[in-house]
Amino acid sequence: MEIAIVDYKGGNVQSVLFALERLGVQATLTADHDVLRRADKVLFPGEGEAASAMKELRVQGLDELLPTLTQPFLGICLGMQLLGRHSQEGGALGTDMLGILPFDVVRFQAAAPEHKVPHMGWNNLQALRGPLFEGLSAEDYVYFVHSYYAPVGSYTIAEAAYPAPFSAAVQHENFYAVQFHTEKSGPVGTRILENFLKL
Amino acid sequence: MLTKRIIPCLDVKDGRTVKGVRFEGLRDAGDPVALASRYAREGADELVFLDITATNQKRATLVALVRDVARELDIPFTVGGGIGTVSDVEALLMNGADKVSINSAALARPELIDELAARFGSQCIVVAADARFNDADGWQVYTRAGTNNTGRDAVQWCREAAERGAGEILLTSMSNDGTKDGFALDITGAVSRAVSIPVIASGGAGSKQDFTNVFQQAQADAGLAASIFHFGEIGIRELKEHLRRDGIPMRL
Repeated sequence: MEIAIVDYKGGNVQSVLFALERLGVQATLTADHDVLRRADKVLFPGEGEAASAMKELRVQGLDELLPTLTQPFLGICLGMQLLGRHSQEGGALGTDMLGILPFDVVRFQAAAPEHKVPHMGWNNLQALRGPLFEGLSAEDYVYFVHSYYAPVGSYTIAEAAYPAPFSAAVQHENFYAVQFHTEKSGPVGTRILENFLKL
Repeated sequence: MLTKRIIPCLDVKDGRTVKGVRFEGLRDAGDPVALASRYAREGADELVFLDITATNQKRATLVALVRDVARELDIPFTVGGGIGTVSDVEALLMNGADKVSINSAALARPELIDELAARFGSQCIVVAADARFNDADGWQVYTRAGTNNTGRDAVQWCREAAERGAGEILLTSMSNDGTKDGFALDITGAVSRAVSIPVIASGGAGSKQDFTNVFQQAQADAGLAASIFHFGEIGIRELKEHLRRDGIPMRL
């Protein structure tokens, strides 16, 4: 199985490579359009800031390529947010993004002292649906670090609450994405990666 | 619901854990990777590695350690201890560290926080502050293992660090560290209320009730401890079960 990780200087990809290695899977870090098109699975991790990430994707022509991919695709953290239409992050006008899924990313508002931003730590998943979450339940916790979120919509396949529900995972056709760090979420995260690799 | 976090801290020197670690069943108690994996299995939510190496090879051994830990560990970990430059941070993050904590370097040149947050994102920049209480000045921030008083007020410094782009504060009470009399609830609560980013409380943990107190009375987001875990005085799972019974959200 050929696994490609999209290389767009999107932060710490080493953890994703190691997580796949623990599952006995070798992955290739690449921005090469042909390699990405041919891969059996594509992972799209990301950390950092939306505007600079979009800039780098455009430099590499990946903003054109990624929406045309047809194999199972997994966005992680910022890699999920970038699949939306627009983010409040990145200056006064925010950032236009890939538009593969019909959501707009907004910032958490610190409603109360106990709701700090970023939303950082372990939160449980609820309203799970689809093959990505096979074998998991609302008792299972995953690790989040983010200040922006995608609201709940018809594309939502898992929710978490902070304090209101938001999209912990989304899906449109072959495009799956998770807001949490599945590569850093212990055995639960490993199970989700395994489920993805079986798609 | 977001849980509170329990974070064991490992001191490392030349790539090995130091301070006695008494664990049965660990063939080599000095191996940070083995110890880290054990804590992860027992339910630690994150780990902190504090590097106290003072040699020229410091950076190379720390990068190698980060790589080894990241290869094995499936929970997040922070690396700290004498980290002072953007290139230090980049090397650690690129090799698999999730967060980097900076302390003296940020106090010497606070703009470092802005630069690191802009370059790598706030989510991976932890500012560690060592605070000590005295009657005349209240809680002040110290560097060089608590020997050098910077003259800065702890709450004001933490607020400045947050405004400059820190993603998290690791607040250690030097006055409580090693006492096992409990966390410093007053300064932890004051910092927690002053900043809108998460606060890790450190220094003074001696009992399960100490953790309950720091979460319920000082609004800490995470509790960090070293010796009580290393010496097996409190198991991580029993601690988390206790806290959940006290009504504190915990991942079990």
